[in-house]
Amino acid sequence: MMSPEISLNVLQNALRSGKISPSEVVEYYAARMDELNPRLNALLSYDKEAALAAAAKADVNLPLGGLPVAIKDNICRKGITTSCASRMLENFHSPYDATAVEKLLAAGAIPFGRANMDEFAMGSSGENSAYGSTQNPADPQHVPGGSSSGSAAAVAAGLIPAALGSDTGGSVRQPASHCGVVGFKPTYGRISRYGLVAFASSLDQIGTLTHCVEDAALLLGILCGHDEKDSTSSSEPVPDFMSGLHDGIKGMRIGLPREYTGGGNAESVSSALRDAVQALQNAGAEICEISLPHAETAVASYYIIACAEASSNLARYDGIRYGHRSDAALDPDALFSLSRAEGFGEEVKRRIILGTYVLSGGYYDAYYARAQKARALVAQDFAKAFTELGVQLILGPVAPTPAPKLHAEDITPLQTYLADIYTVPANLAGLPAISVPTPQNGLPVGVQLLAPHFEEARLLRAAVSLEQSWK
Amino acid sequence: MLVTMQNPSPDIDVAYIAKLAKIELTDEEKSRFTRDLGQILDYVQQLEKWDTQSVDPMYHPIPVFDALRPDVPGKSLPINAVLCNAPQQEDDQFRVPKVVESAH
Repeated sequence: MMSPEISLNVLQNALRSGKISPSEVVEYYAARMDELNPRLNALLSYDKEAALAAAAKADVNLPLGGLPVAIKDNICRKGITTSCASRMLENFHSPYDATAVEKLLAAGAIPFGRANMDEFAMGSSGENSAYGSTQNPADPQHVPGGSSSGSAAAVAAGLIPAALGSDTGGSVRQPASHCGVVGFKPTYGRISRYGLVAFASSLDQIGTLTHCVEDAALLLGILCGHDEKDSTSSSEPVPDFMSGLHDGIKGMRIGLPREYTGGGNAESVSSALRDAVQALQNAGAEICEISLPHAETAVASYYIIACAEASSNLARYDGIRYGHRSDAALDPDALFSLSRAEGFGEEVKRRIILGTYVLSGGYYDAYYARAQKARALVAQDFAKAFTELGVQLILGPVAPTPAPKLHAEDITPLQTYLADIYTVPANLAGLPAISVPTPQNGLPVGVQLLAPHFEEARLLRAAVSLEQSWK
Repeated sequence: MLVTMQNPSPDIDVAYIAKLAKIELTDEEKSRFTRDLGQILDYVQQLEKWDTQSVDPMYHPIPVFDALRPDVPGKSLPINAVLCNAPQQEDDQFRVPKVVESAH
């Protein structure tokens, strides 16, 4: 009865009806990890014995009872290495659980596998991991996307039925699109960030990677809610995301920004978008062209803000309290500089330098303050679309191209950043957004839906409609 | 309306910034980052195009004001949990290189 694409919902029914036991589920995925992970490198580690011990005690009547979930390696699990795929945290054992992990455990889930990622979530290919890049399960010559590279690849390859990721500028949605799974980033603040290693605190959000939209709804219901340990977590009421999921989208108005359908997209991305328009119309939605006039400022604004926040957040890695410490340092200043030089990889250093620069004396107003104003313009575009233009959701691509080739050397960092054009706006504005796979013969391509703040139920309902139309 | 950026400087002094960021860079890294960051800063100059004088900066995606919790004493992590990740420790304290020069 097991298959690599089995959903959490189907698995849960099988567990509850006694068709399969939690231990058999763990054995199934452990065998797939043993077979496929040496090639894919999607998981940095997985502890079969611990998972079996949890399975032996699992209560399948709990909301996620007996369901295994992989965790991105920047989300803390007590007593387990949380390396962020960095040499800096190679030996860091978290002294506590992230709130998201605590909630998974309380719901009966079995954390199984630490997912590979771009170091400190900085990257969009998975190649910035200090522990080797991850292969795209759809084609080993291609990257899985990033930064939640391992989470997306592990779910796509059926090493695990679901995974947690984090999304600061598209790090859940873009690898989901490249690997052919569902990637969901809720509204900023929906899920507590306590225990998520900080990259850019005003943008970071935990998200999920699953085989289907229904599984994303199931996990969201467990993960969200206010947490006193994260003052930015939202107190907004948490609806039942599962109810109404299949009510359809008849009469829903969905905006298609003309800035997102320009000539810069690969043909498979453009055709995926056309297919999505057709599918949504067939389901009874009305598609209307809209404009997001400040869309082109998003990447510039995002990289200034994200790097500025990162340079501040990553100042904590000093070689003293935790993390890598250089053996070569004789005085405190050298201890900082050498420990950080040895512990951080190239992209992390590049972003810290950029962030330090834009925050430094004389440049703060020209770059950082201006970027925060551009951010307001991006957010206002969305607010206008959702109010004055009267659209209930926005449709767009996830990335301009399918997954690029592994180890492409002629791409500059700026070119890599520019490919984030369609995903960073949701983070700048704090909106919920989801990547849904489209039918493809070649490399996977997802399409993206965005909703107003806290309208995840509407977003998921439309995503289910899309998914159903392609079944 | 075109608003000109004050002192735009695509020529970033990477060695100086690395000092501020407390990261020792190799010469090779310095030249690579000078090139990369120059390109990135050139690109972000496009923000100049937009008149943002009347726009309030947006520091946070959701309005959060005075998110304070009640000031109730809680439990802290035990000392061994805090120190278990320290690269060097002694007598329940973090060990660091000598900070104060000895007097002559």
